Amino acid sequence: MTTGRKRFAAPQRLLHWLMAICILSMLFIGVGMVSTVTPKYLTLVQIHKPLGIAILVLALIRLALRIYYGSPSLPADLPEPMKLAAYLSQYILYALMIGMPLIGWGMLSAASYPVVLFGGVHLPSILPVSDSLHTLLWHAHYYLAFAFFAVILLHAAAILFHKLIRRDGVFETMAPVLRHDQPE
Amino acid sequence: MAQSPFPPGPLPVARLAIIAAVVGVVAVAFAYTAGWLSPHRLTPAKIVAGLAPPGGPALGHRRNHAKGICFTGTFEANGNGSALSKAQVFVPGQYPVVGRFNLATADPNAADAMVRVRGLGIRITPPDGQEWRSAMIDAPIFPVSTPQDFYELLTASASKEPDAMKNFIAAHPGFLTFVGWAKSAPWTASYAEERYNSLNSFLFIDGSGARHPIRWSLLPAAQPVPITPDELAKRGPDFLEQEITQRVAAAPQRWTLVITVANPGDPTADPNQAWPADRRTVEVGTLTVQQIEPERDGPCRDINYDPTVLPAGITTSDDPFPAARSAAYSRSYNSRTAEASYYPRTATGGKQ
Repeated sequence: MTTGRKRFAAPQRLLHWLMAICILSMLFIGVGMVSTVTPKYLTLVQIHKPLGIAILVLALIRLALRIYYGSPSLPADLPEPMKLAAYLSQYILYALMIGMPLIGWGMLSAASYPVVLFGGVHLPSILPVSDSLHTLLWHAHYYLAFAFFAVILLHAAAILFHKLIRRDGVFETMAPVLRHDQPE
Repeated sequence: MAQSPFPPGPLPVARLAIIAAVVGVVAVAFAYTAGWLSPHRLTPAKIVAGLAPPGGPALGHRRNHAKGICFTGTFEANGNGSALSKAQVFVPGQYPVVGRFNLATADPNAADAMVRVRGLGIRITPPDGQEWRSAMIDAPIFPVSTPQDFYELLTASASKEPDAMKNFIAAHPGFLTFVGWAKSAPWTASYAEERYNSLNSFLFIDGSGARHPIRWSLLPAAQPVPITPDELAKRGPDFLEQEITQRVAAAPQRWTLVITVANPGDPTADPNQAWPADRRTVEVGTLTVQQIEPERDGPCRDINYDPTVLPAGITTSDDPFPAARSAAYSRSYNSRTAEASYYPRTATGGKQ
């Protein structure tokens, strides 16, 4: 699913950076909220739920754009293990971006919590009330959050490696803006 | 020949260090946010651990108010509440309730006469799906003023240090008001004869957007009959559950939901302080308990009576407890639902 173009399409780049902010915020909100009993807890929970659904919607749009536009090819001289890591990390990130909000939504449903987005806007329950389902999903949500954060750190380290060390143009495929000395 | 990911030439140590620094800073910020670098932060985990008896928590059960029994019934709103809150739950009508009578103990097998504080949790579900959950107790005030004080109370009462409680009381004299109630208030032999109080302050939001600081109470229709704890003990360790089961089977039991509206300047942030008795009250409806079911297979079992599950029209106030309770209840819920095998449902038991 590669394309001849050298960069991701503008809507893809926009979504990438918007979602980067959303997802990093989400992970910080998640670990922050479960570690406090102050009124911040409620504020963070109230952000966590609608932001999660927003990420789900954006991820689905992004997946559609990815299928439509494809992605620039990796540098030909990139060693095979790094190519494999690049492909794998993309699959993993898409799976987490779509999976984590669904797991969270399902977890709340299985615990009979109302899924409040804001004010009077609720989402329907997507699973029956069940302590075993809740436990499974809660564990998944918890551990996958740390895995998600680890993958993002690796992703950031890898792209900085491309940018600062290999200088092979991979960073520029997703760069929000190009300096004018760089070719499109 | 294997390809190297590095370009030819010497290793760019400085640039590798930049990458490590960026990743490191983000990771440390994450660790800080998670509280891993702040061992003194009061976390839900600490509060829940502080509630556990010396032998550890009763697995599969609520970490506090562990002994309880489910009920179903209705809340019938009379419409008076709509002047204070736009929530549908106050519009005249009958809405289903799933609730739970309980004792404020971490031991699900505690004898009734050993537990001073009794509670009631309710979930009211109006047709618009905007639930109102509340967990109330029969004490007129909470023992302490802040979640931090509550944690210190838990720590002091579990402490082996002989002066721990004395020191706690010296630092938190408000606790004595609670002790005064606990020592002097009459006991009853029925969940149906208790008054249950929100203690925490919330805000009602009316149709115009105005906010009214309020507290609420459920006032029993049944006449309280005083009994000494010794007499209650003689009736058996689980008398309250037997009594409420028989009583409700004979006739539905009712409570009036009364809203107390604060005057400006009333201590809304401190559930250890009662509001003056002359504050305006509004009767907004009637809770009717129609059926009792044991908790093991009952409809209240998998409900977290989180006091911050509120409809549009009710919100939290400057009282710090609802947030702390929500955080701790969630932790308790996650633990106990994962331990369901220690509190098995009966083979034929249905689930909600």
